[in-house]
Amino acid sequence: MLDFLQALTNGAFIGAVFALAAVGLTLVFGVTNMINFAHGDLIMVAMYVGFVCWSLFGLDPLVAIPIAAVTMALVAVLVYAGIIRPVLGSSQLAQMVVTFGLLTFLRGVVQFVFTATPRRIDDPIVGRLRVVVGGVAVTGAQLVSAVGALLATAALAWFVHRTETGQALQAVGEDAAGASLMGINANRMYGLAWALAGVSTGVAGALLINNFGIDPLAGAAFGIMSFIAVALGGFGSVLGAALAGVLLGVVQGVVGLYFSGYTLTAALGIYLLVLIVRPQGLRGTR
Amino acid sequence: MTIPDTVPASGKAVPAKRFPWGRYAGIAVVAVLLLVFPVVVKTSFLQTIGVLALTMAIASTGWNILGGYAGQISFGHAVFFGTGMYGTALLVGHGWSPWLTMLPIAGLAAALGLLIGLPTFRLRGHYFSIATLAIGMMVMSILPNVKPLGAADGLSVPLLDNGFWNITFSLRDKTEYYYTALGLFAVATVAAWLFLRGRIGSYLEAIRDDELAAAAVGVPVRRYKLYAVTMSAALTSVAGSFHVMVVLFVDPSSSSDLSLSTAIALIAVVGGAGSLWGPLLGAWLVIALQEYTRTYLSATGRTIDLMLFGALIILVAVVDPKGLVNLIKRGYRRVRS
Repeated sequence: MLDFLQALTNGAFIGAVFALAAVGLTLVFGVTNMINFAHGDLIMVAMYVGFVCWSLFGLDPLVAIPIAAVTMALVAVLVYAGIIRPVLGSSQLAQMVVTFGLLTFLRGVVQFVFTATPRRIDDPIVGRLRVVVGGVAVTGAQLVSAVGALLATAALAWFVHRTETGQALQAVGEDAAGASLMGINANRMYGLAWALAGVSTGVAGALLINNFGIDPLAGAAFGIMSFIAVALGGFGSVLGAALAGVLLGVVQGVVGLYFSGYTLTAALGIYLLVLIVRPQGLRGTR
Repeated sequence: MTIPDTVPASGKAVPAKRFPWGRYAGIAVVAVLLLVFPVVVKTSFLQTIGVLALTMAIASTGWNILGGYAGQISFGHAVFFGTGMYGTALLVGHGWSPWLTMLPIAGLAAALGLLIGLPTFRLRGHYFSIATLAIGMMVMSILPNVKPLGAADGLSVPLLDNGFWNITFSLRDKTEYYYTALGLFAVATVAAWLFLRGRIGSYLEAIRDDELAAAAVGVPVRRYKLYAVTMSAALTSVAGSFHVMVVLFVDPSSSSDLSLSTAIALIAVVGGAGSLWGPLLGAWLVIALQEYTRTYLSATGRTIDLMLFGALIILVAVVDPKGLVNLIKRGYRRVRS
């Protein structure tokens, strides 16, 4: 029973990070109607940003969170202006393929600059912390990444649903032409959606390096989990993506306890099952 | 005043349908280049590039039917490639000739394609692509637990006597592997051409261009998508069957990795999705790029092949999503007119 609770807790804590990653992805999808296959690799780049802060300037990953967030927002806006905007009016094939190119390119660049050697942050501040509640142990890194991810997710959700700019963002997602007639600059909103996605990857990356190794493929698993969370939650639904992210984390944690080889299989299986029963996702409308 | 009867009412002469000299000349030139390649190029390294490029061209030709013509962009085609690799490796282990394994295994892959297509073809666009990606990854995540397929260790193909019947040749010179691959590629391309030539091709393109409109004018969308995935899976599996006879080994990561799925798709896209030329051009370019940069520049552990491949894909998507074939065609038309 204690094992089960421990696995459940571990799963829920990593699920919070999946949720944050998925919310960034779903924002871009909801507004620009494009899937960014390189989303996980933006998280990977953010992890390297945190690594550089630590190895060159001795900054703790906690301090690096805002730096990574701002850097990744800039990277995301550059990506948008450079390669996404030109394909917005293009075929669906071009839209999908361009982010696959970005994924390959980012992995290539990082591997070229940092080599494929896995890196690790030694002794982060939160590394010494350890909380035990009723026999269930939680490390400081887990606690910080889950709390940080939930706060960032909540902040993003608040921004999208409660501010005027957020409303404009949603309006563009629903009907870009109509929103333009209402005086909303659709192009700026697309850029903003990418910037917000960049912030989410920056925060996620900086949180993850507290207890995850850093290598050029480190983002792959988070990318996959965020696609699945987005599809599971319903494309474009912020709350759906967040809930699905946590759910996937819990499923992975619990399944890993009993059938250690099947964590990914279980996560994908749940997604495919939902797909067959409810193609629009848990909270999707389209 | 009378209008001369040779000029139609619009005032413009209707151009007679010209014999497509350009196309036949293109086919002839490419055929000659492909045929003389191993005669001119004698180094084993370059011939290996040729063998791999042709193998990937077959796999991408399969992908192209579903992705390029029917517009259903799959990121899970490694499943079919892996079916070919595992199936042939298993049956050759039981004493079959690899040639005899190809058709039954392709049939199995086609059945698998149907099975995957039935639930996923209800989804459109991104939804379909994500689903294929998930199915591909799911197969990849199950394989290391499947004992009859060698689990994580994989399967080796037993060493057979040299000979065409066994697709086993001397390793010093790759010429025989090359011509076998070339023959298979020719068969695959002709099969794809025959498949797409008539109504099926037009229907698939209609589905790709506008699924709702196609359904509205009476195209049985679902049935034709299922035709497409059947043929697509079968062709890709043949590439896998041949590939395993070259590398003589198959394990989960070499047969069903996500990067294999994306390579199969992106090779067709870089070359030209929706064109039978696309996979051939894309495969040669991508494989040559990959092998060259890997061999000559990776001494430091810093590879640039991924960077270049990524940049190439981005460039194609931004400049001309119809791929390099379309760029060449546009250039040819400009020169001609």
